[in-house]
Amino acid sequence: MTTPLLDIQNVTMKFGGLTAVRDVSFTVQKKDLVAVIGPNGAGKTTLFNMITGIYEPTIGSVVLDGLPLNKKMASEITDLGIARTFQNIRLFNNLSVLDNIKIARHTRIKYSFFDGIFKTKKYRAEEKMIEEESIKLLALFNLDSKKDLLAKNLPYGAQRKLEMARALATKPKLLLLDEPAAGMNPTETKELSELIHFIREEFQIAVILIEHDMRLVMEIAEKIFVLDYGNLIASGSAKDVQNNPKVVEAYLGAEI
Amino acid sequence: MTQNTIYFFWDCLQYLINGIAQGSLYAIVALGYTMVYGIIRLVNFAHGEFLMLGAFCGYFALKFHLPMPVAIIASMLGAGIVALIVERMIYRPIRNEGRIPALITAIGASLFFQYTGQLVFGADPKTVPPVFKEVLYTFGEVNVSNIQVFIFGLTLLILLFLWWLTHYTKIGVAMRATSFNLKAAELMGINTNKIIAFTFFLGASLAGLAGILMGYTMSVEPMMGMSLGLKAFVAAVVGGIGVIPGAALGGFILGIAENMVAGLYKSSFRDGVSFFILIIILLIKPSGILGKNVKEKV
Amino acid sequence: MDYYLQILTNVGIFITLTLSLNLINGYCGQFSLGHAGFWGVGAYASAVYGVYFALPIDPALNMAIALSIGFVAAALCGLLIGIPCLRLKGDYLAIATIGFSEILRIIIMNTESIGGPRGFTNIPRWSNSWWVWGIALAVTLFMLNLKRSAHGRAIISIREDEIAAETMGVNLFRYKLFSFIVGAGIAGMAGSLVAHDQQFLHPNNFSFMWSVCILVMVILGGQGSVSGSIVGAVILTILPEILKLIGSNVSTWRVSIYAALMIILMLTRPQGIFGPHELFEKKRLKGVA
Repeated sequence: MTTPLLDIQNVTMKFGGLTAVRDVSFTVQKKDLVAVIGPNGAGKTTLFNMITGIYEPTIGSVVLDGLPLNKKMASEITDLGIARTFQNIRLFNNLSVLDNIKIARHTRIKYSFFDGIFKTKKYRAEEKMIEEESIKLLALFNLDSKKDLLAKNLPYGAQRKLEMARALATKPKLLLLDEPAAGMNPTETKELSELIHFIREEFQIAVILIEHDMRLVMEIAEKIFVLDYGNLIASGSAKDVQNNPKVVEAYLGAEI
Repeated sequence: MTQNTIYFFWDCLQYLINGIAQGSLYAIVALGYTMVYGIIRLVNFAHGEFLMLGAFCGYFALKFHLPMPVAIIASMLGAGIVALIVERMIYRPIRNEGRIPALITAIGASLFFQYTGQLVFGADPKTVPPVFKEVLYTFGEVNVSNIQVFIFGLTLLILLFLWWLTHYTKIGVAMRATSFNLKAAELMGINTNKIIAFTFFLGASLAGLAGILMGYTMSVEPMMGMSLGLKAFVAAVVGGIGVIPGAALGGFILGIAENMVAGLYKSSFRDGVSFFILIIILLIKPSGILGKNVKEKV
Repeated sequence: MDYYLQILTNVGIFITLTLSLNLINGYCGQFSLGHAGFWGVGAYASAVYGVYFALPIDPALNMAIALSIGFVAAALCGLLIGIPCLRLKGDYLAIATIGFSEILRIIIMNTESIGGPRGFTNIPRWSNSWWVWGIALAVTLFMLNLKRSAHGRAIISIREDEIAAETMGVNLFRYKLFSFIVGAGIAGMAGSLVAHDQQFLHPNNFSFMWSVCILVMVILGGQGSVSGSIVGAVILTILPEILKLIGSNVSTWRVSIYAALMIILMLTRPQGIFGPHELFEKKRLKGVA
């Protein structure tokens, strides 16, 4: 077996006396489309924060493509190929849609600081390329006509899409989506599920999503991990998970 | 032990006592700073000017030969009323505009009172008679004045009062609720505007009290609020801004440190030492000695 | 004539200063209230060179050396203060920067060889309008081009949302420190210009009040806007002079009027004249604040 794309090994995260994630391990292969589900406060977002380097796991390690991510800064991890969106959208609100995408190109920039200040040929050529690529990326999300709007003036659904486009602009190998369907209506959710499939095929990357919309999860996830109170209580296909008594218990409470 | 070392210890003790007395005044001013910060997260740069205006109210009361207790009440009410006006006219409209506009406004208000004060009252310092006749008690080589004891006692009393207020009265609990979560407090039916105004009034009247008490060590003048305000603010941050006992602790630490440095080393470093302590604390524990760390939710 | 030339020089110096704070405050979103401290360090460092170590060469060359010394000295201070302080956020960073600038001022006050509380005198006059306006122009171009480069965008993204910026691959610490050092360095050059223009320095010219003044210039123009900084610096440098012209009566009320304007500005237009935008920006941003 080849090395998995993402290997999470026995990670634990403690905040003071509270253990948000306890001894969780799983792997994600290249081009996998997996979901992490669980009741509120189960530790899903904390898991994302550990993968992306916003938190350092108390115990355990996260390995990307055979490379341990411990002690790496969030910005380095982005450089290595993990991108994400946020549960509460975090766009650069007062910048244009296009600039939001351009910023995400940051780690791939080759011209130096002095090239930028003196507007050298190298700067101009690369900026032109960035602009074109960014517009092309926005076009995939039907946002190219809105490129000059301020991000905060986009409608909610478009903001979610822009956040995904921005994450993809960092050219990741692995994309983490934190509740992408939150606040969407059924039609939008349906569109989203197509979009996620499309992203995986177009960019040839793995996707992990946290989601509460079970219909979406069951429809698109090839593998599901269930967290409850910080513990990984089940994993497997949609069918396996649905029939797992522990999962039913976590969601509905124990039967008497 | 040689004679010199013994004198050194007596000197230290003297500086310690002077420091506690001065720290008491810092503490009283810092309490107002901390309460306002605790409730609306505003660094109220004009707090020192509330102190100055309060001190002037007391000064004029004494000039009209009113008795000392009346002058003290005039100081407290004067500072409190100015604070209410400033809060209603300036701070309230800007409260939701974010931190930086609010801070700039506070600095603007501070400057406005300083310089308008110079034009109205004149820039020359005015002497205020002490609260009561100063009596010095001597223990060995150390002097303690009755005013120092009075101020220290008063500070402890104020602390007790604030503790009682915030824990055992309806308005105090509302204050704590508002400082914990303004929106939630509003939804619970608390009139947060009223609570914030009350906090300003309370904090400023304490500043006014400190202002008139300071009259006996320094004179009253329009710029007096600036350095005192900044010091009290440093005290509040050192102790943990937003935490009431923290403000008092910070005040005492600063008062003692300043007197020690000024006495044992060089008086021109008096102002530097408070900032030095500030930096050390910010680097070790930014939320202050008694403050709680808050982590941003991602 | 000299009077007007002096005002013109002051305007140039304040444009440089305001732009330098705009890099820290407007671009990077870091709240510094101690900017006058860097200004002072640059001024005193280059004055020390001028008084004690001046080379017997052309004044223009000496000015260039003094400017470099001003830049390096202030930038080093920025580095020294930035490394520990930049992990602080918002109000706490503001407080720490006040603290540092006051400590710097007190150190200067207590150093006899640079005049201590009496002020530093006999600084050679090397600067002139050409130097002042040349630096102002260079800094303006620097800021404009920075804004349009990847590195500038990274800095601006930190202002917008630190965590999102970090997740986009922006090394927060490096870029914050960069803004802080370069901003401090440019302020140091402005200090050098003041030193070799007025030939006299006093520690109180670099007090907290002046940090506030520079900040108000940034905010008046609009945080993040280069044109805004220039307009802010021009208005607030000339306004006191105009008040003086109207009459001595008005002049005594100068600071009060200034303070009242500050409050009114915040109440009516907290984003400043331009917001984050530029004067000649293509009107392509719809829904501008």
